[in-house]
Amino acid sequence: MRVALFLTCVNDTLYPDTGRAVVKLLTRLGVEVDFPMAQTCCGQAHYNTGYRHEAEPLARHFSDVFGEYEAIVTPSGSCGAMVRELYPRMGERARAEGRGDTLARTLAPVVPKTYELTEFLVDVLGVTDVGASYPHKVTYHPTCHGLRGLGLGDRPRRLLQAVRGLELVELPGAEECCGFGGTFALKNAEVSAAMGADKVRNAESTGAEVLCAADNSCLMHIGGTMSRLRTGLRPVHIAEILASTEEEPTV
Amino acid sequence: MSGTFVGMPAFPKAAHEAVRNETLRGNLRHATHTIRAKRAKAVAELSDWAELREAGRRIKDHTLRHLDRYLVQLEEAVTAAGGTVHWAADADEANRIVADLVRATGESEVVKVKSMATQEIGLNEALEAEGIRAYETDLAELIVQLGRDRPSHILVPAIHRNRGEIRDIFRTEMGEWGRPAPEGLTDTPAELAEAARLHLREKFLRAKVGISGANFMVAETGTLVVVESEGNGRMCLTLPETLISVVGIEKIVPTWRDLEVFLQTLPRSSTAERMNPYTSMWTGTTDEDGPRTFHLVLLDNGRTDTLADEVGRQALRCIRCSACLNVCPVYERAGGHAYGSVYPGPIGAILSPQLRGTASEIDASLPYASSLCGACYEVCPVAIDIPEVLVHLRERVVEGGPAVREGNKVVLKPAKGHAAERAAMRAARWAFAHPGALRAGQRLASRTRRLHPRTLPGPGKAWSGTRDLPPVPAEPFRDWWQRTHGGKDGAK
Amino acid sequence: MSSRERILGRVRRALADVTPDEQVIQRDYLREHGDRTVEQTVELLAENLADYRALVHRCTEDELPSLIARLLTDRKAGSVLVPPGLAEGWLAEADVTRVADRADSTPHELDRVDSVVTACAVAIAETGTIVLDGGPDQGRRRISLVPDHHICVVRVPDQVVSAVPQALERLSPTRPLTWISGPSATSDIELDRVEGVHGPRTLEVVLLG
Repeated sequence: MRVALFLTCVNDTLYPDTGRAVVKLLTRLGVEVDFPMAQTCCGQAHYNTGYRHEAEPLARHFSDVFGEYEAIVTPSGSCGAMVRELYPRMGERARAEGRGDTLARTLAPVVPKTYELTEFLVDVLGVTDVGASYPHKVTYHPTCHGLRGLGLGDRPRRLLQAVRGLELVELPGAEECCGFGGTFALKNAEVSAAMGADKVRNAESTGAEVLCAADNSCLMHIGGTMSRLRTGLRPVHIAEILASTEEEPTV
Repeated sequence: MSGTFVGMPAFPKAAHEAVRNETLRGNLRHATHTIRAKRAKAVAELSDWAELREAGRRIKDHTLRHLDRYLVQLEEAVTAAGGTVHWAADADEANRIVADLVRATGESEVVKVKSMATQEIGLNEALEAEGIRAYETDLAELIVQLGRDRPSHILVPAIHRNRGEIRDIFRTEMGEWGRPAPEGLTDTPAELAEAARLHLREKFLRAKVGISGANFMVAETGTLVVVESEGNGRMCLTLPETLISVVGIEKIVPTWRDLEVFLQTLPRSSTAERMNPYTSMWTGTTDEDGPRTFHLVLLDNGRTDTLADEVGRQALRCIRCSACLNVCPVYERAGGHAYGSVYPGPIGAILSPQLRGTASEIDASLPYASSLCGACYEVCPVAIDIPEVLVHLRERVVEGGPAVREGNKVVLKPAKGHAAERAAMRAARWAFAHPGALRAGQRLASRTRRLHPRTLPGPGKAWSGTRDLPPVPAEPFRDWWQRTHGGKDGAK
Repeated sequence: MSSRERILGRVRRALADVTPDEQVIQRDYLREHGDRTVEQTVELLAENLADYRALVHRCTEDELPSLIARLLTDRKAGSVLVPPGLAEGWLAEADVTRVADRADSTPHELDRVDSVVTACAVAIAETGTIVLDGGPDQGRRRISLVPDHHICVVRVPDQVVSAVPQALERLSPTRPLTWISGPSATSDIELDRVEGVHGPRTLEVVLLG
């Protein structure tokens, strides 16, 4: 099976380790991964800040770049939700504005074949034990767009539970937002920071070494809060845990 | 603190104090977390919750779609049952109608059931200006009124007060308004409730005019429904000779049978009860039982403007249960006052900028008072997609565009203060449309990474004031991919 | 232009984009939750009434007069409000002053009465609710409101339904209705439920059957 990796602009620029981990993991599972070099950004930040019309060219570009692939895999719940939930809505809005079906038709092909990583593993590949090893105490934060947008449910937890050596501890208030929310983190910085601090305190209370999530945008906010509050916790993307093996452990 | 929301600053500024107020944060955390767990339990008792929610959504959408027809049908039914129907296009007109009706009775005081619509139009202040004193009788409304405070929650307007603060308000203020608090009043909830009972009883027993809102109005029968807990509603609805109900036009349901959905979903969403202690239903007037005169004031006040917006109109499905407030992480930390409206929380963030427009600083900032986490949508018993409407209203703020204000089509200008953001968004869009430019930027960032500070000056402080920046990697992923052919060359 | 015309005009203009939808609302929710025998439904009513702090008693027709007399004595009630159509025998053994439910009684007069005894129109098991519809054996709305002690007699199983939809079917919207689920309560202090505010602080429900 040949799939396109939609890494997302944030991961490409700031978290290449996550990208390498996805490639390593999928390759290990027999999937041929391609990284279309023309990919940039899904337009989520534009759309969610109120610049839907600025997001449209980005969505069209996404569709041009990824339209021909069998499946599109992304290690980001929020960017996955952007394509799956909001691309159709962008098409509808364009239609309501009297601009016809062009946008909806352009975006339609990528919508059903875009998968968040854990979804792709569990639903498409049908695996929960990916042969990983990660001997650490980990707590898992389900990010909002993955949890409520894509409905990832217990897929990430099932994957983590099958990792050798990993001790998974429940995060109190797990389903509460960490406070990132894209431009919310800047526009309402104080409320965002208060939410982040509460999330980090809850994570600390578990005694875990690692807080794991399936979205680096949230982890950037949570991790930045952790290091500012001088906790001993580390933020780690789930792909890096699932890619880790006894022979080649992720640090 | 004054009892008005006029001239509120933007949400982030208004939230500033609340976020730092440890007492307030504690009060809100305690109250919202208590009710969250109870609500989840109450909802889980009904195996058909999803179907009830969907039916509620459909009934409300259908009603809104035919609102003109149902309003006329309601008017006919209420009139046939002995009531009088008035129409108020805005707050001023509603206040004038109510003041005139009260004055016609010759009375100078009224007792009130908790009502969001009369809060919204500032009825108490308008009556005060006419020399008419309005007594709030809901316990939380009483706490707010005695404390010269503002409501901060839809269901529990005094949620920002803990029991100790409530005791202090009762002790110092009750005497000003009537029967003083009992000697030696403690802060146990039962004693506080008893103090309210004694204080308000004399007012109920002598009241000649009652003012209420309504949770539902049934078009086919002309029946009004008030859902409550304390019995203050029953007092105001049955003891006075004259009853005046001020109700938003969106509170209609078409049929008697439709109540079977909302009487199941509202109590469980709101107070997390299988059923609230008291629900009153009345149709016009009844001979020798309850008020002899019944007036219904149908209120628009921005609702038809909201109805004109095809994305935003879903906000009119709201049944004012407060479930969205109770699960909202932003509400929990910013408190209700920061929303600058009687409608706080997620629903307020989409309702206020539609009812009032986005011209003021606070209304233009409300659509951004959310991390779009979606918890509100998940619990909403009429499935209002609050994040969808928030994003839609953000668009209205930054892009402007067509809207309806006071019944007139207008074209809104983009709000001020977003010019730099707009330029940044355009620049980013350009860069993302040109992968070469994006790559050049990524490489520049990587090469200069040792020079990057961990904190930022200027607007960047919004991030780095509380959070460290992530380190910039030695090379972006795409360079690694190209250099190693996707890792096949074995290079790290 | 009147405000009525103005508002209706605004509504019609606001809906200009909407296609008419005459489809019937789908009601694929349940009429009642769970599968219970008649006895189990009555048992559930008793449980749910008690869960919201109503005091629940059960008796036969023969036992009712003495039960009511005992409940009033236990409260040290000196007077009781009586709806005009209350069954003659229900208060036969009660040694209290009977106060008739009259149109010209003032709220202050009602406030001096200790208790009230009524029947009901229907009771809902799933929610622990009794509904009064102002029938002759229930009286005016205010008599079950102002006194601090309410004894409500429910005929079981005839007056008991399982769920809210079935209750609405039995009720007439032309009558003034009061749905009661436990004694008056409030959640206004820290969102925690406290019983006993303005309505009767003691609600006793007699399941008669």
